[in-house]
Amino acid sequence: MEIKLSGVTADYQIGPIRSPLVLDHINLTVASGSFTAVVGPTGAGKSSLMKVLNGLILPEEGQAVIGQLVVRKGADKKTLKAVRKRVGLVFQFPESQIFAETVEKDICFGPLNFGATAEEACTIAADVIGQVGLDRTFLSKSPFSLSGGQKRRVAIAGILACRPDILLLDEPCAGLDPDGQSEILNLLTRWNRDYGMTIVLVTHDMDRVARYAQQAVVLVKGKIVFHDSVRRLFTDPARLKDWDLDLPEARRFQLKLEKHSGVALPGVCLTEEELAEALIKVGRV
Amino acid sequence: MSEPMIEVRNLSYTYRGRGEKSALSSVTFSVSRGEWLAVIGRNGAGKSTLAGLLVGLLKPQSGSIRINGQMLDETSEWALRRHMGIVFQNPDNQFIGTTVEDDVAFGLENENMPVAQMKVRVAEALKLVGLSGLRQADPSRLSGGQKQRVAIAGILALRPDILILDEAFVMLDPKSRRDLLSTLRRLAEATHLTILSITHDMDEAAASNRILVMQDGKIVNDGTPGQIFSTEKDLGAPFSERLRRILLAKGRRAPDQYMTEEEMVDWLWK
Ligand SMILES: Nc1ncnc2c1ncn2[C@@H]1O[C@H](COP(=O)(O)OP(=O)(O)O)[C@@H](O)[C@H]1O
Ligand SMILES: Nc1ncnc2c1ncn2[C@@H]1O[C@H](COP(=O)(O)OP(=O)(O)O)[C@@H](O)[C@H]1O
Ligand SMILES: [Mg+2]
Ligand SMILES: [Mg+2]
Repeated sequence: MEIKLSGVTADYQIGPIRSPLVLDHINLTVASGSFTAVVGPTGAGKSSLMKVLNGLILPEEGQAVIGQLVVRKGADKKTLKAVRKRVGLVFQFPESQIFAETVEKDICFGPLNFGATAEEACTIAADVIGQVGLDRTFLSKSPFSLSGGQKRRVAIAGILACRPDILLLDEPCAGLDPDGQSEILNLLTRWNRDYGMTIVLVTHDMDRVARYAQQAVVLVKGKIVFHDSVRRLFTDPARLKDWDLDLPEARRFQLKLEKHSGVALPGVCLTEEELAEALIKVGRV
Repeated sequence: MSEPMIEVRNLSYTYRGRGEKSALSSVTFSVSRGEWLAVIGRNGAGKSTLAGLLVGLLKPQSGSIRINGQMLDETSEWALRRHMGIVFQNPDNQFIGTTVEDDVAFGLENENMPVAQMKVRVAEALKLVGLSGLRQADPSRLSGGQKQRVAIAGILALRPDILILDEAFVMLDPKSRRDLLSTLRRLAEATHLTILSITHDMDEAAASNRILVMQDGKIVNDGTPGQIFSTEKDLGAPFSERLRRILLAKGRRAPDQYMTEEEMVDWLWK
């Protein structure tokens, strides 16, 4: 399902005053079935953009078109509920919102809210718990007995249970150990590849962007300053510096080595595997 | 040899209602004054339990903890706690003041310090974490990374001898994280601050003096970054080591042990 924002602005009401524009005339098309990373400095508006995409904040001006649904100022509740069913949003530290006594009850909450019967909800729960890589014995456990990585997966399963076409994730790996992070990202890659799920991932981690995403959106002070392939994003280090963004480690190492040797390696290396291949090509290893 | 700053012996802990399984079982190690110790290991390995015991949030069920030579127990706890500060992963709900300044001053208010001196301490601490410009801001409106820096400033204002960081940099963007790490490193060198940092960031661990690896409530490895990354093949590793492992796996020319990034660049292109 495609998302298309045209001329979207957003701000927050702080008491009687309105904040400066947090999103400043955003035009953005996220293609159906794409895997897009949204990056940018702290306070750039990434989380706010996710909230607009899922109807939690309404545009002050402009509109968001999600599939057939149009979200603009004053949109009705029915439209917003439909948007939230199509677009799942995984917040930062989503496990802090787990409150049910069992994993199953927690996962069933969304489907029940969207009108599933108890029986349907249980079937869905049994299905999605497997999709996040946990077996069915977890359904009867208390969420509080789980590890950090397991809780995070249960929280994501709760969103998947609503069967969204688009999944938005705001820093889904924060606080997980490296294996836990890779597990989550591999799951996202699989859903994107096998079911054509559209994925939008907010992250600070450029290595994850380099390894997992196809498209990148750079947000700076509420404006989109870049939207293109991930490899093009990491080509020009000077521009990244202007945006306060890091290079992925492989690219950073590549540039360091090129400076040291005075020899350019072939291509833009995004991962250690690509860097190893480039070193083999130029005969250094 | 001077007395170790932290000395932990046979420390064990089991959470109530978890049956037989210990969160921490018979852990022994010590940390010298001024040392930067990184503690790594998977989620659930017992790292936060260890931190909780060190700062007195949990009571040891067996074993002992000495801080600066003195046994940590009910009578010494309050005196010793003043020398230790801890910062957690998620700083929400940690705020009490209406301005950033008030929040940072909160811990100092229990110290009977003249107001003028308190102001200096708060200003210094905010400068260290790079938040001088937000002195008057409302803490609840800050971004996650900014809140985290306020929490760190609140601890630094107390001038602890030991700083415990429990995944404290998770909410920070990479640049703030690097800035804060180098500030802490300078501070540690200048003041002999002892740091125990629980982290999943292998670059941070690689820059520490020593690494403890925890698994299932036990310490399974203890050594310099070079020793740890050459022996712990299943853990994440800094970039230079990941590259070295790939070259080895491909049967290519590769260094025969862990190298820092600078060493690796030199090695690749002498
Ligand atoms: N609930 C809120 N009330 C007022 N201002 C907010 C609120 N949430 C975010 N902001 C402000 O909006 C801007 C963008 O924030 P956010 O979307 O969270 O950025 P990012 O996710 O890129 O760090 C920041 O200046 C932030 O202070
Ligand atoms: N409050 C608690 N009640 C019961 N079990 C807990 C509690 N806190 C942690 N545990 C369990 O103790 C073990 C160690 O946890 P923890 O010290 O938090 O690990 P880490 O910080 O390395 O992720 C885990 O199995 C965890 O599930
Ligand atoms: Mg955010
Ligand atoms: Mg922990």
